[in-house]
Amino acid sequence: MEIHDRILEAIRLAETTIPDDVFKHIEMAWKNEENNVSKSQLSSILDNVKYARERKLPICQDTGTQTFFIDAGYDFPFKKELVEAIKISVERATNLYYIRPNAVDPFTGKNPGNNIGRFIPYINWYLRDGDDATVYVLPKGGGSENASALGMLKPGEGIKGMKKFVIESIIKAGANPCPPTILGIGIGGGSDLSMNLAKRALLRPLGRRHEEERVARLEEEILELANMTEVGTMGWGGKYSVLDVHIEYAYRHPASFPVGLVVQCWADRRAYIKIDSKGNVEVLQ
Amino acid sequence: MNYNLRIPEDLDKLADLKIGDILYVSGLLFTARDEAHQLMIEMHEKGEKLPFDPSKMVLYHCGPVVKKSDGKWEILAAGPTTSARMDLFEKEVIENFGVRFIVGKGGMGDRTAEALKRAKGIYATYTGGAGALAAKSFREVLNVYYLDELGSPEAIWIIRAENFGPLIVSIDPQGNNWNRISREKMERNKSMIFEKIEKS
Repeated sequence: MEIHDRILEAIRLAETTIPDDVFKHIEMAWKNEENNVSKSQLSSILDNVKYARERKLPICQDTGTQTFFIDAGYDFPFKKELVEAIKISVERATNLYYIRPNAVDPFTGKNPGNNIGRFIPYINWYLRDGDDATVYVLPKGGGSENASALGMLKPGEGIKGMKKFVIESIIKAGANPCPPTILGIGIGGGSDLSMNLAKRALLRPLGRRHEEERVARLEEEILELANMTEVGTMGWGGKYSVLDVHIEYAYRHPASFPVGLVVQCWADRRAYIKIDSKGNVEVLQ
Repeated sequence: MNYNLRIPEDLDKLADLKIGDILYVSGLLFTARDEAHQLMIEMHEKGEKLPFDPSKMVLYHCGPVVKKSDGKWEILAAGPTTSARMDLFEKEVIENFGVRFIVGKGGMGDRTAEALKRAKGIYATYTGGAGALAAKSFREVLNVYYLDELGSPEAIWIIRAENFGPLIVSIDPQGNNWNRISREKMERNKSMIFEKIEKS
């Protein structure tokens, strides 16, 4: 049963404590912000983060859609056990008031109260060589998810079109996704793959650039452009609209230029679990 | 300007507030999200009475994390939800129920701002995501309505707050709307950014 307890522990960790890289980025924004209203909002955010950590309370009442990205080796032996453990742990986390019941029937609006429903919790597998697995826990809030967008651009619009699409989208979203946000951008593939890459891009710690120099430069450029919008913290203006930009890409069809944009709120809650082939489990953040 | 307000006692003082004012609120709040707004409007249309008086409370766009222990509800996290979703219903809720004080996050549209101007009311924002900190000022759950029908995030929670804030006035009773002002600025910035992208 160790795996069940560790997943529950990872959910609780993700919901009550933001990773160090996120905290440092918010703290840096708070130090450097010159707009007084936005600075006061950043100050409340930092107070909230510290209070939630100290009291083990959910950072935000929107404890998100329980989303799990699993990178597993082809020979990882516990695939079925892992899926069962995730479902059981999500239900337990709900019963223990770690998370809000956030899964409703789309037709009736009925909330079963346990965060379990068709395709929910959302589990996304990526298979690779090896016999171990890493499970990323990414509770994804609704307000920021609503700002996500798919652009099926023309290849002739290219990278410039991609930049405009991103800027246009974050201006349209304004204060709604709880800025300063983190942007996950997926370029290429098809409609679904670009969105999947965009969400996966959010798993990377803030401040860590893409391994390819050309992509890393693009991330830095979009971050600079996004912070010229003056959306600011909670829409009150100032220098920090976006904390970081992460891009992933896939090869595209010659006729298509898909751009997926997934917006994450400042409460960029993450944790991850490493499981080896013997069933040893480690919870990390 | 900073204000400490008691609700319902100080509701008439709202008429003097301006966008950018900072508020701390003590007194009564009721939570309402999409489903509760819809339900309230439906009940009004059917001529049914609500079990509480919305005109004497702050309408808070919020779906809290709640815990029941020893028969008593406790609020664990209760930051604001995105108010823009409630633009669909807010004019009707303001007009039919005498709501004058709304709190949420992200700003609201002109339809809501106009209804608030007529009601001499305000819309103020609390820091999005600051759920644990908000809950610290929510001292007591006085009642909950429609919990079984709507589930805990969408139910109407009646809360007694103590020094809930800082809230920042975002729509004032003169009809000034920070949402519109900031959008105009962002649109100008967008043109400048697009020019820069073209030159890159």
